Amino acid sequence: MDNLLEVNNLHVSFDTYGGEVKAVRGVDFSVKKGETLAIVGESGSGKSVTTKALMGLIPSPPGRIKEGEILFEGKDLTKMKDKELSKIRGKDIAMIFQDPMTSLNPTMKVGNQIMEGLIKHQKKSRSDAKKRALELLELVGIANAEERLKQYPHQFSGGMRQRVVIAIALACNPKLLLADEPTTALDVTIQAQILEVMKDIQKEMESGIVFITHDLGVVANVADRVAVMYAGKIVEIGKVDDIFYNPKHPYTWGLLGSMPSLDSNDDELYAIPGSPPDLMHPPKGDAFAPRSDFAMKIDFEQEPPMFKVSDDHYAATWLLHENAPAVQPPKSVQTRMKGTTQESAGGDGV
Amino acid sequence: MVRYILERLVYMLITLLLIATMTFFLMKLLPGTPLSAADKLSEEQQAIVLEKYGLNDPLPVQYFNYITGLFQGDLGLSFQFDNREVTTILLERMGPSMTLGAQSLILGTIIGVLLGLMAAIYHNGVVDYGSTFIAVIGKSIPSFVFAGILQFYLGVQWGLFPVALWEGWEYTILPTIALAIFPIAIAARYMRTEMLEVLGSDFITTARAKGVNKFGVVFKHGLRNALIPIITIIGPLAVSLMTGTLVIENIFSVPGIGEQFVKSINTNDYPIIMGTTLFFSFLFILIILIIDLLYGLIDPRIRLTEGD
Ligand SMILES: Nc1ncnc2c1ncn2[C@@H]1O[C@H](COP(=O)(O)OP(=O)(O)OP(=O)(O)O)[C@@H](O)[C@H]1O
Ligand SMILES: [Mg+2]
Repeated sequence: MDNLLEVNNLHVSFDTYGGEVKAVRGVDFSVKKGETLAIVGESGSGKSVTTKALMGLIPSPPGRIKEGEILFEGKDLTKMKDKELSKIRGKDIAMIFQDPMTSLNPTMKVGNQIMEGLIKHQKKSRSDAKKRALELLELVGIANAEERLKQYPHQFSGGMRQRVVIAIALACNPKLLLADEPTTALDVTIQAQILEVMKDIQKEMESGIVFITHDLGVVANVADRVAVMYAGKIVEIGKVDDIFYNPKHPYTWGLLGSMPSLDSNDDELYAIPGSPPDLMHPPKGDAFAPRSDFAMKIDFEQEPPMFKVSDDHYAATWLLHENAPAVQPPKSVQTRMKGTTQESAGGDGV
Repeated sequence: MVRYILERLVYMLITLLLIATMTFFLMKLLPGTPLSAADKLSEEQQAIVLEKYGLNDPLPVQYFNYITGLFQGDLGLSFQFDNREVTTILLERMGPSMTLGAQSLILGTIIGVLLGLMAAIYHNGVVDYGSTFIAVIGKSIPSFVFAGILQFYLGVQWGLFPVALWEGWEYTILPTIALAIFPIAIAARYMRTEMLEVLGSDFITTARAKGVNKFGVVFKHGLRNALIPIITIIGPLAVSLMTGTLVIENIFSVPGIGEQFVKSINTNDYPIIMGTTLFFSFLFILIILIIDLLYGLIDPRIRLTEGD
């Protein structure tokens, strides 16, 4: 098996006073060495919960992994004790968190926060760890590194903090990097720099990356494959080109349609109507059906299985069933699909 | 930093002056006379006594004399103990009160913090419920009830510690425990809440993601952040201890300021009442200052830098 990570039928729930919130409801995907899988999807679709589950960081209670396995280098992480997991965390699997303002310890010097993992996992001496910390800060583009190591998080701007968070994650050259919207808080130039840094490390270390983002432009730039999540499930997964040029799920159409593009002449963006379902009582059938213009009767009754489009491209929609009528994505989405085609044809096709 | 402290000291002085002024005039409004046997003395004798303590002077003059005295460390003469200076009396009695106050504050906060910490770590377990129980008891039952229980069991029945009086360190044990129970309860509740909140925050998840184990997360990352709010309650706790000593010193016959204070109130000994009030106020303001400085020490976000 050359899969670095393999997630099978992962279910994560939170037991709240109101009832069980089924945040992740059966997710399967895999990441190979050196590969980047992007996960996209609306807010609340379970992206962060999925990545936290991979590291065994779901707060418990109220959260728990209900079912499924998470195979990292063939070993099931869901069966490991916290003690074993803490030897893998930060060393083999590292995570970049979503919110730079709260992800750093306010009462600990930034240098110590970066060095902590190095000292723990690589048994480095303080001075060696410091050298590496300096290197890392320069790598993520923080000037005056020597000075900065001695400062506290409140002396950093939001963007700077996010770079520190990234430096912490990269510290031990992880085999698998889980990046939860790592660049959302950064301005575009820095964003490009950080993405370059991540790509470099990936090339050097052959790391696998799970990259969560809302920005389809970033997806086109970094990802090899894309998983589209909706209401705790992956509804479509495939190579970047499959998702951008040949999307099959109405929800993917909606996502692509809502992405602004430079060369489209209509100034109105497509917005997916309605709101995501209540994960405490997920609807029967296709969870996206109530918001879909293409919903059929069966969508409200039975959950669609993953239909195979090609060897690496799968989508969970009844539209792919042989008895379904042939439908085309909405016009506005089609033009945008073309738009992306032209745009990314100019860029690199990582 | 130095400038900041000096500034604070000036404010402290102003506050104390205001308190002195207020207590002075409040005392004057009190009914009754400081003469313990007024009805037995002739008018003439009373006049002589009043004259001696300057009580016949017009109020502004009395006030002026009192305040100028204060600046020389002179709190006036006690009515009750002929010709003895209030300052001397307070100094004599300060030792036992300070010992009790400091011991119970330190003991109470440390035990309380540890208890709260355990409760947070073993959240919803036996330890948690146990510590909640102790906290509820400690908060709701007044210290003098504990004092009685401690005296009866530990003192009289089992004879482990001296029941009362003040003749050596072992005499401080029971009153210290009786006083410490309230701070234990308060600190435990606070610590538990704060620690649970801190343990749920994002930076703890970051630390876990680095591979820091449970122990490291609590002590290296959690403790310091959870302690910051705890420092705030030390001030009010110290005050509650000051008032606590009023009762506890009486119960254990400790020759402290509190015991003297109660006696003086019963005999209308104004200078001692005022002196003690000022002394307590001074202590309180001092504690607040120390807490603010401590705050800066533990929380880098409000660290006072030179020249600020
Ligand atoms: N501690 C928790 N208790 C209860 N529900 C939770 C908890 N954490 C997450 N959830 C629920 O899980 C669902 C998925 O949340 P998640 O954070 O994974 O969304 P996301 O896809 O990362 O969204 P975003 O793009 O906004 O980051 C949400 O409905 C959320 O309410
Ligand atoms: Mg998220």
